Amino acid sequence: MSDFPASVQPGPRPSGQETADPVAAFCNVSIAFDGPPVLENVSFSVAPGETRVLLGPAGVGKSVLLKLANGLLRPDEGRILLFGEEITHMPEEQLFALRARTGMVFQEGALFDSLSVRDNVAYQLIQQQVPDSEIDRRVRDALRFVELEETFDLFPSSLSGGMRRRVAIARAFIQSPELLLYDSPTGGLDPVTSTTIIELIVKERDVSHTPSLLVTHRLQDALALCNHRFDPEQGRMVPFPKGETDPSTTFLMLEEGRLIFDGSLHELVKSQNPFVREFLE
Amino acid sequence: MRYPVLATTLTGERRWPANAMAIQTIDKTAKNLVLTVQDYSLFAWRAFKNLYRPPIYWSEFLLQADIIGFGSLSIVVLTGLSTGGVLALQSAATLSAFGATAITGQFVSLTMIRELGPILTGVMVSGRNASSMASELGSMVVTEQIDAMRALGVDPMRKLVTPRIAATITMLFFLTIVSDACGIAGGGLVTVFMNHQNGTLYLDKAWEALRYPDIIQGLVKPLFFGYILSSIGCFYGMRTSGGTQGVGRSTIEAVVWSSVLIIFVDFLLTQVLLTLFPAL
Repeated sequence: MSDFPASVQPGPRPSGQETADPVAAFCNVSIAFDGPPVLENVSFSVAPGETRVLLGPAGVGKSVLLKLANGLLRPDEGRILLFGEEITHMPEEQLFALRARTGMVFQEGALFDSLSVRDNVAYQLIQQQVPDSEIDRRVRDALRFVELEETFDLFPSSLSGGMRRRVAIARAFIQSPELLLYDSPTGGLDPVTSTTIIELIVKERDVSHTPSLLVTHRLQDALALCNHRFDPEQGRMVPFPKGETDPSTTFLMLEEGRLIFDGSLHELVKSQNPFVREFLE
Repeated sequence: MRYPVLATTLTGERRWPANAMAIQTIDKTAKNLVLTVQDYSLFAWRAFKNLYRPPIYWSEFLLQADIIGFGSLSIVVLTGLSTGGVLALQSAATLSAFGATAITGQFVSLTMIRELGPILTGVMVSGRNASSMASELGSMVVTEQIDAMRALGVDPMRKLVTPRIAATITMLFFLTIVSDACGIAGGGLVTVFMNHQNGTLYLDKAWEALRYPDIIQGLVKPLFFGYILSSIGCFYGMRTSGGTQGVGRSTIEAVVWSSVLIIFVDFLLTQVLLTLFPAL
């Protein structure tokens, strides 16, 4: 950790909260695919209990960054830490154990279309040879969390886009992961369904306090995450009082592969960076 | 060495001269070919190692064995019967010129067991299953299902590739035996009902001519062919890129290269086996 820059070292976050060792950390990470760099010298970290929202227009390398975070891609330069272990050159066999501790929601859900919803959500549990009765109970719990219990026996082809995304979230949540990675979870969805998905993410954040990294190009989703909390008594997402935001939700912004912003919502709206201003306006 | 320089056209546009562009194309193609061979070698080696290392997904193996083995049975039976029949027809016409139609059975059984049974079964199963593996895995790649599997902590090589390879090797072995039997039966039917010869004599000669080295040769080949067609099908599937168009491209490449390699490896194997069993 010692050669990581101050921005990714444990210490006070922009929001002022004290943090322990980061769950995930990027240090001067660069990657290119047959052309100009997709990511260039990107450094940041995700602290325990923190939700980091990565903003940026389409094609700036947000999904690539997310895949780097759990070793699905390897950087050309720089170092990546996951749960305190350097994964930059870690063999694939060792990475599987670390990845099993993360939950990832892919852009289009990436459900296994030959498996039922039950088997999709229970995929990791089936691999671990958990008894069927235990699997059924946990899958029903996970589906209840995303309010899709009735889809237990259905196949992904019979679900709508929003339902597929919610099943993917249930699949990511079922093992109570130590880090959640969301790849544009509301991309391509209508506003009502998007709100449902954001509500699920807020619920997970406020109930389980699982650290997460969420990429999106939709500013309204990022603001909704920061301006709302889950109210367990009402069982739904409610806005913070005026002027208050969730202190554990912070922002990153990418512009053409470079990280140009890392800070709180307050710092984001006050930023004088022309790209940030253009994105916000 | 002189390097080509940019030429200026009449409109002032700077372009590479035609010979330089040709060299660049050849250079790029050669590099891609070498890279593909290198990637395939690493892939095939990893898949081979996984055949002997746990975890082995037996349920996946049985599922694939059913799809590959029983699913291909009808085309193998039909191909075997037709090939044996054609061999009997063709050989009878030639052999009758020498008054040797009695050895039609010997000719059909040796040709089917040593050569045509394994290679035709390999090529037919390749057309059916290498393409299906490439398209199935390719679709999973473009819809991020393979990434999702990796993100869930499961190795797609072990879960998807190894069972397919193991199932193909196992089932191609038995399908080749079926094809050989059908070929001899097809030849027998043609001999009896079309060439109006003695069926018992046909079968006697077919049986008499066989030696253990013939059978070994015929049963070793499908093990190699099964490995080739399944590893190539899975390889092209797993390296699919470019959406649905890429899936189509992978499918074509899988079928073409697996068929070509089966025929080429057949040549090499025949040479080796003839060296090992010179009495053949």
